[in-house]
Amino acid sequence: MTMAHTGPEFSSSRDEHRVDGPTATDTTRRLLARTWDDPPGIVGMLAAVNHKTIARRFVVTTFAFFALAGMLALTMRLQLARPGLHLVGPDLYDTLFTMHGTTMMFLFGVPVMQAVAIYLIPLMVGARSIAFPRMNAYAYWVFLFGGLTLYVAFVLGAGPRAGWFSYVPLAGPDYAAGKGTDIWAQMITFTELASLLEAIVLITTILKMRAPGMSLNRMPLFAWATLVTQFMVIFAMPAVMLASTALILDRLVGTQFFNPSLGGDVLLWQHLFWFFGHPEVYLIFIPALGFISSILPTFARRPIFGYTAIVLALIATAFLAFGLWVHHMFATSVPQLGKSFFTAASVMIALPSGLQIYCWIATLLTGRLNLKTPLLFVLAFFFILVLGGMTGVMLGSVSLDLQLHDTYFVVAHLHYVLIGGAVFPLSAAVHYWFPKVTGRMLDERLGRWQFWLFFIGFNVAFFPMHWLGLHGMPRRVWTYPAGMGWSAMNLISTVGAWTIAASVLLFVFNVWRSLRHGPSAGPNPWGAGTLEWAAPSPPPPHNFDALPVVHGRDPLWDPPTHPAHVSGLAADAREVLLTTVLDARPDLRSLFPMPSIWPFVSAVATTVLFIGSIFTPWAVVWGSVPVVIALTAWFWPTRRHHAQAMALERKP
Amino acid sequence: MSSGDASSRDGRASVDVRDLPSFGFGHRSAMWWATAGLMLIEGTVFAIAVAMYFYLRDINAAWPLDAPPPEMRWGTANLAILLVSLVPNELAKRAAQRLDLPRCRLWLTICLAFSLAFLAVRGLEFAALNVKWYANAYGSIVWFLLGLHTTHLVTDTIDTAVLGVLLFTGPIEGRRFVDVSENALYWYFVVLSWIPIYAVVYLAPRALF
Amino acid sequence: MFAAGGFPALAQATPQHDALAPAGVQAAHIARLWHFTLIVTGAVFAAVLLAVLVGLARRRADTPAAPDLSANTRPERGPRRAVIAATTVSVVLLVGLTVADALTDRALSKLPAAHALHIQVTGWQWWWQANYAPEDGAPGFAVANELHVPVGRPVIVSLAAGDVIHSFWVPNLHGKKDLLPGIGSTIEFRADRPGAYRGQCAEFCGTEHALMAMTVMADPPERYAAWAAAQRLPAAPPDNALAARGRALFEASACANCHTVRGTHALGMLAPDLTHLMSRRTLAAGALENTPANLAAWIRNPQAAKPGATMPASALPAADIQALAAWLTTLK
Repeated sequence: MTMAHTGPEFSSSRDEHRVDGPTATDTTRRLLARTWDDPPGIVGMLAAVNHKTIARRFVVTTFAFFALAGMLALTMRLQLARPGLHLVGPDLYDTLFTMHGTTMMFLFGVPVMQAVAIYLIPLMVGARSIAFPRMNAYAYWVFLFGGLTLYVAFVLGAGPRAGWFSYVPLAGPDYAAGKGTDIWAQMITFTELASLLEAIVLITTILKMRAPGMSLNRMPLFAWATLVTQFMVIFAMPAVMLASTALILDRLVGTQFFNPSLGGDVLLWQHLFWFFGHPEVYLIFIPALGFISSILPTFARRPIFGYTAIVLALIATAFLAFGLWVHHMFATSVPQLGKSFFTAASVMIALPSGLQIYCWIATLLTGRLNLKTPLLFVLAFFFILVLGGMTGVMLGSVSLDLQLHDTYFVVAHLHYVLIGGAVFPLSAAVHYWFPKVTGRMLDERLGRWQFWLFFIGFNVAFFPMHWLGLHGMPRRVWTYPAGMGWSAMNLISTVGAWTIAASVLLFVFNVWRSLRHGPSAGPNPWGAGTLEWAAPSPPPPHNFDALPVVHGRDPLWDPPTHPAHVSGLAADAREVLLTTVLDARPDLRSLFPMPSIWPFVSAVATTVLFIGSIFTPWAVVWGSVPVVIALTAWFWPTRRHHAQAMALERKP
Repeated sequence: MSSGDASSRDGRASVDVRDLPSFGFGHRSAMWWATAGLMLIEGTVFAIAVAMYFYLRDINAAWPLDAPPPEMRWGTANLAILLVSLVPNELAKRAAQRLDLPRCRLWLTICLAFSLAFLAVRGLEFAALNVKWYANAYGSIVWFLLGLHTTHLVTDTIDTAVLGVLLFTGPIEGRRFVDVSENALYWYFVVLSWIPIYAVVYLAPRALF
Repeated sequence: MFAAGGFPALAQATPQHDALAPAGVQAAHIARLWHFTLIVTGAVFAAVLLAVLVGLARRRADTPAAPDLSANTRPERGPRRAVIAATTVSVVLLVGLTVADALTDRALSKLPAAHALHIQVTGWQWWWQANYAPEDGAPGFAVANELHVPVGRPVIVSLAAGDVIHSFWVPNLHGKKDLLPGIGSTIEFRADRPGAYRGQCAEFCGTEHALMAMTVMADPPERYAAWAAAQRLPAAPPDNALAARGRALFEASACANCHTVRGTHALGMLAPDLTHLMSRRTLAAGALENTPANLAAWIRNPQAAKPGATMPASALPAADIQALAAWLTTLK
C-alpha cells in the first residue's frame, strides 16, 4: 500500500499499522486500544482525557451531589413532618433549602445530562472521542472543585442561606453577612464555566465528528436533543454569569447594581437570573426527552414515529424557553401587558412538548412493547411529567399564579416536571445503558422494586403539596403553626420522601451487586438500533475497531450496506475523522492530543483564582498569573506530539 | 475533495481516508468551532451587559447619574487604534492560509505592538470615565462594560503573544497556521465588539432620546 | 373600646387561610379560573393516561422480537392523523385557557374603586406596618400585623418594602403582590364576607420568613368604624401603680427606642406601633396568641418563640417585666 503523504516516517512499520479498518489484524486492534487508553498510576488518573473515563467520573460525581442534596431534603422533610418542630432552627433550615436547590440545579441537573452525553455521543455518532479532550477534562475538574468549594463552605458553617435563586437585597451586602452568598455566587462561576466549555465540546463533536453517511437527518434524536440543549447553554449561562458577577461586585467592591437608593434595581437581579433560570430547566428536561426518544423505539420494537416533528419540536421548545422568564415574576410590579405576553408564551411551550408526547404515544400504540425496567421508567414519565405540565399551564396563568406563586403548589409542580421529566428518564437511561458502560446487566427484579418504590414514594411525597399550596402553605418556611390543617399532608409527604430514599438505596445496591455478579451483557442486549450498540460492552478505549459508515437512522436495524466501515486512520496515534456538518462526508484527519496533566493543573490554578477573588479583588490580578502559565504549558506542543503530527501531516 | 467519495461509489468494503488532509482552515477545523462558540458566548455576554445598561438607564429619571459623560478623547482614539489593527490582523490571517511562516511572524508581531498600544490607551479610558464604580449604578455599569471588554483585550494580547513566540521558537506544523487564522478571527471579534460598547459608553449618555 | 375577648365567638375561631374559600371578589375570580383550568387540564391528563394504558394493554413482546421497519417504507397515515388531531385539540384548549386567563386578569384589574379605603403597608423583617390614610377629616393612624377592613368596601393597599423583598398574601381575599425595595406597588381587594382571614409573607425574606403572618379582620361597616375610631385615640393613662411603673419603664428603657405608643414619650419607629396592642389577636406577627403570659414571655426572650427576631431579649429583672406586661395589657 502506498502512502501519498508528506513528513518524516514516525515508525518503520507504519504501513500495516496505518490500516485501521474492517480487515485490520489483532495487532492493530491492540495498538488502537493502547493508543487511546489512559496512562497508568495517579498521574495517569489526573492526566486522563479519554471521554469515557472523564464521563464516568463526571456521572458518578453528579450522582454523589444528587445523594447529598437528597439527604438535605430528607432533613427538611423531618423538620416539617410536624408543626412547630425544632429539629433544625431557621438559619440552618434556610441553608438546607438553599443547598438543596443549588445542588440539584447546578451540581446535578444540568451537569449530569452533559456528562451522559460526553459518554454516549461519540459512541452514538461513530467517533473515537469527543472534540477537545483536554478542555473536556478541564471542565470536569473545574466543576468538581466548584462543587467541593460550596460543600466545604457548608460544612464549615459558611454556607449560603438566601435561596438557590439568591434574591437581592436579601443576598446583597446589607442583609447577607458572611461569605456564604459570595461562595454561592462563585460556585456559579465555576459551574457555568464548566457547562459552557462542555457545550462547545458537544456542539463541535456533534457537528464535525459524525460517522460518514450520518447526515443531520439520520442523527439519533438524543444527539439532536443534546445539540439543541448546548446552544441553549451558550445563550442562557451568560445571564447568570453576569448576575452572579454583579452580585459579588456589589458585595465586595461596592458597586450599586442592585441598590435602589443609588440608581440600581432589585428587579434587575430577577430578570437576569430568570432569563437564565427558565431555560435552565429545559437544559435539564430536553436531554431527558432525548433519552426517551432513544429508549422507547427499542422497547416498542419499531423506529420512532415522527422523527422530523420531534426534531422541530425540540428546536421550537429551545426557542420558546427563552421567552418565558417573567412568569417567575408575576407577583412583582412588571407591567400587566408584559405579563400577559409571558402567559401566552408559557402556555405555548406546552405545544412542542405535547407534540413529542403524541409522537411517542403513537410509537407505543403501534409497536410491540417489551416491558423491561427502562420502559417502566419511561412510562412513569408520561404520568408524572404530564401531570407536572398541567400544573405548569396553571402556573402560567397570571391570575392563578398570584395565588399559587411561592407556595407548596410550585414545589409540587417543579418536582413533578423535574423528577418526572428528567430523573425518571435518567433512571431509564441508567438501566438502559448500564450494560454498555459496564458490560453487565442490572438485576431486573431489583429494578422493578426500585421503580415501584420510587414511583409510589414520589407521588406520596409530592402530590399532597398541591393541596398544601392551594390551602395557603408558603414555600421556604422552616416551620408552620399547628391548627392550619397542614399537618397531616406534611407528615404524608415526609413518609413519601423517605420512601424515595429507600428506592435510591435499592438502586445503589443493585449497581454494586450487578458490577460484581451481574450477568454478562453482550454488545446489544436490548436489540437496539443505534451505533453505540455496535461497540463491545464495555467499549474498548478506542470505541470502534473500525469506524462505521451509516446509511440510515437505525444503523443496526437497517439492512447491511456497503461500504460499512472507514479505514486508513492511524492506529498508533489519536487520529480522528472530521466530517462535513450537513452530510457527514469525510473531510479531515485530525490528530488529537495525548493525555496531559495541564488541564488538571489549570483547574487548580483557576480554583485558586476564583476562591481568592471571593476574599479580595486583587486575586483577579495575581491569581491570573498561574492560570496563564498553566494554559500556556497546556497549549505548547510537546516533542512527541509534534513528531506524530509531522508523520501524519498532509496539506489541504 | 475527499477520497471518501470515490470509494463509496464503487461499492468497496470500506471508505479509505488515509489521503485526507490533516488540517484545514475556516469551519473545516475544530478550532474554528471553538472560536465561534467563544464568540457566541462572549457576544451574548456583551449583549446582556448592554441590556443591563439600558435597563438601568430606563428606570432612572436622569442619566448619567451625578456624573458628566465620559470624555470622548481616549475611547475614540482606541476605536481608531483597534480598527487600524484589523489590517495586520487580516494580513496575518491570509499569510496563515498561505502557510507563509515569515509573514505570519511579521504581522503577528505588529499586532502585538497594537495590543500594547490599545491596552495603554484603555488605562487612560478608565481614568477619563468621570465616575467611580462605587458611586452609583451608572458608574457600576460603565466600569463593568469597559471591564468586560478589557478582559477580552487582555486575553487576546496574551493569546497573540504566546502564539507569536511559538511561531519564532517552533515547532511548526500545519495546525499552527490554523491557530494563527483562528486567533485572527477572535481578534476581529474583540475589535468589532468594541464598536457597540463604545457607542453605549461614550455616545448613549450624550444621546437625546 | 374593645376588650381582648370582646369579639363575638366567630372572630375567635381559627382564621381562615385558603385560596379555595374565597371571601372576596378577587379571590372568587381566581377560584373560578382554577376550577375551569382544573377541569380542562384534568381531561387532558386523563386522555394521555388512557392512551398509554391502552398501549400497555395491547400487543406485547416478551423477548425482543425483530424490529418492525415497515414504517420506513410506507407512510403511517393513521398515526399521523391522530397526532395532528391531538395537536389541534391541544391548540384549541390552550388558546381557551389563555383567553380565560386574560378575562380573569381583566376582571381583577376592574375592581370598582369608588369610596376606597387606603392603607399603606410596609413590610419589614419580620412584621407588617400598616398606616391607614386620613379619611373624611379623621386623621390617619398606625397599626401593625392586624388590619381591619370594612366588608363590601374596596381597599387599596399601597405596598412598600422597608428592607428586603416581602410579599403580601391573604389567600381568602386575593392573590399576592410583592413588596419591592425602591419600587411602589398596590394591591386592591374587597372583602365580601365578615371574618378573620390570615395572611403570610410569601417571599423568602430571611430567618423568620416563616413567622411573618398577618390577620385581616373583615368587619361589618359600623364595627369597622368603631375600631378605627378606637385606633385613632392615644393610649389611655394607666389606672394603677404597677401599670404606671410599667409605662415609666417602657419610656426609659430600650423599648422606646424601637416602639411607638401614642400618648407617651415612646416614639420609636423601628418596630410595631403598640398603642392598641391588646386589640390584636396575636403577637409577633402571628407567632403567639395574644395573652398576658405570652406577652411576658415574649418580652423576656423573643428568641424562644421566634428565633432570629430583631427584638433582643430583655435584661430587666422579672418584677420589671411584670410591670411592663401589666401596663401593656392596658393598651386595648
